[in-house]
Amino acid sequence: MSVTSQVEPLTKIKSKRMMKLLASGKRLDGRGLLDYREIKIENGVVEKAEGSALVSMGNTKVLVGVKIETGQPYPDLPNQGALTVNAEFVPLAYKYFEPGPPDENSIELARLVDRGIRESKTIDMEKLVIIPGKEVYVVFVDVYILDHDGNLVDAAGLAAISAILNAKLPVYRVKENGEVIKMDEYVPLPVQNCPIPVTMVKIDDKILVDPTLDEENMASAKLTITLTKNGEICAMQKSGLGAFTLDEIVEAQKIARKKSSEIREKFFREWC
Amino acid sequence: MTEIKKLIDENGLRVDGRKLDEIRPIKIEIGLLANADGSAYIEQGRNKIIVAVYGPREAQPKHIGLHDRAAIRCRYHMAPFSTDERKSPAPSRREIEISKVIREALEPVIFSEYYPRSMIDIFIEVLQSDGGSRCAAITASSLALADAGIPLKDLVAACAVGKIDGKLAVDLSDVEDKLGEADMPIAYIPALRKISLIQMDGIFTEEEFFKALNMAKDACMKIYKIQKEALKQKYLQTEKE
Repeated sequence: MSVTSQVEPLTKIKSKRMMKLLASGKRLDGRGLLDYREIKIENGVVEKAEGSALVSMGNTKVLVGVKIETGQPYPDLPNQGALTVNAEFVPLAYKYFEPGPPDENSIELARLVDRGIRESKTIDMEKLVIIPGKEVYVVFVDVYILDHDGNLVDAAGLAAISAILNAKLPVYRVKENGEVIKMDEYVPLPVQNCPIPVTMVKIDDKILVDPTLDEENMASAKLTITLTKNGEICAMQKSGLGAFTLDEIVEAQKIARKKSSEIREKFFREWC
Repeated sequence: MTEIKKLIDENGLRVDGRKLDEIRPIKIEIGLLANADGSAYIEQGRNKIIVAVYGPREAQPKHIGLHDRAAIRCRYHMAPFSTDERKSPAPSRREIEISKVIREALEPVIFSEYYPRSMIDIFIEVLQSDGGSRCAAITASSLALADAGIPLKDLVAACAVGKIDGKLAVDLSDVEDKLGEADMPIAYIPALRKISLIQMDGIFTEEEFFKALNMAKDACMKIYKIQKEALKQKYLQTEKE
């Protein structure tokens, strides 16, 4: 069951200052409304994973590990590999994260990252078949939140795409008796797109990109728009207690379009 | 499921004979449950959804109570027999996500600040699903909230716009959703002129997106009319009695 959650209120002095700055198009950390914090991406930080990436955006840190195993295909898609995305909001990342099964926020985040990757056909699933209908590759994308200072979706989305683009695919050989054996050999994971999510929040009637935790707590609503390398929209999600006007959504889409291609250009140039 | 290749025929009509901008037939019944403080039942295409609202009542367990507003609890749940293949009654990840987005689609219209430390429950049971069940559930939930006498800024009307055979179409059915290229559910609050739910999966160009937004808004306004009519019907009936 989904329940309205308590947001941690900002101190009065901080919220007043934030609002005063916003009125003149500035933010507490000195950014403009449409600026991202500094983004750092480090690939291959976990050697045992087939792909991994650590993304930091300001104080937000998200690690994604990609494990690739074999298994049965989905019954309705016998000639495709499988993809699952899961997110863990580990307790070390934030004082209000509790251990236990994934809550609605981590499920929402995982499903949003999943939609971005799946709908843009980032991984060529048809190339992930070992024995049609029987044995396929299963790509597990596990999102690990390490430090929470807002905008987990973009950090997770970037880490996931970076880990996938750099992942290696273990080669399997099918013996004549049908036995599948793992070779000591790797090829790159077949990738064909590069979806980039852009998250914005609305405070008063201002749209801000890449919100910090304080900004998320002040915001009435949040919107994530994910765009493919060809500039198509492939995933979208509104969250939060408030709502957007049509004009705001149209504006947000334009912002997301610009920001996603800037990020793609900067970090994933060789992939597009 | 039988394999259907073409979703739009040579006359531009869809599998169920609808035009691209035509919503499925909607039937609404309000106040059908005796125990709930408010309830509504909706049929939209083959969707059959029942919604009950309880509250405002004392927050239980106490720790979920908020000092400045009512806590809204929302559960979207599909009956095991509501789908082609039996669905386990345990809440799936999809249902957990949908419960959250439905709650957040309804929160903006509820005067929650009138009821601090209390809770308002919205229980949604999908008895039969046919694509677009989250939207139909939102449409019905806002009516159940109204039926419970909870002060609202307006009703919320919801409808999806998707892409089938490369063309934009409103209110996708099950088959269209599965075989289509994109789906974008939207909830609209006419009085506030605001969108309280927007999700998307699939592929939209910028142009398609703008067009889809407007188509969704128009479809929501049609549904809004039907909602108001259903409320009036119920209200007039009560007056006669």
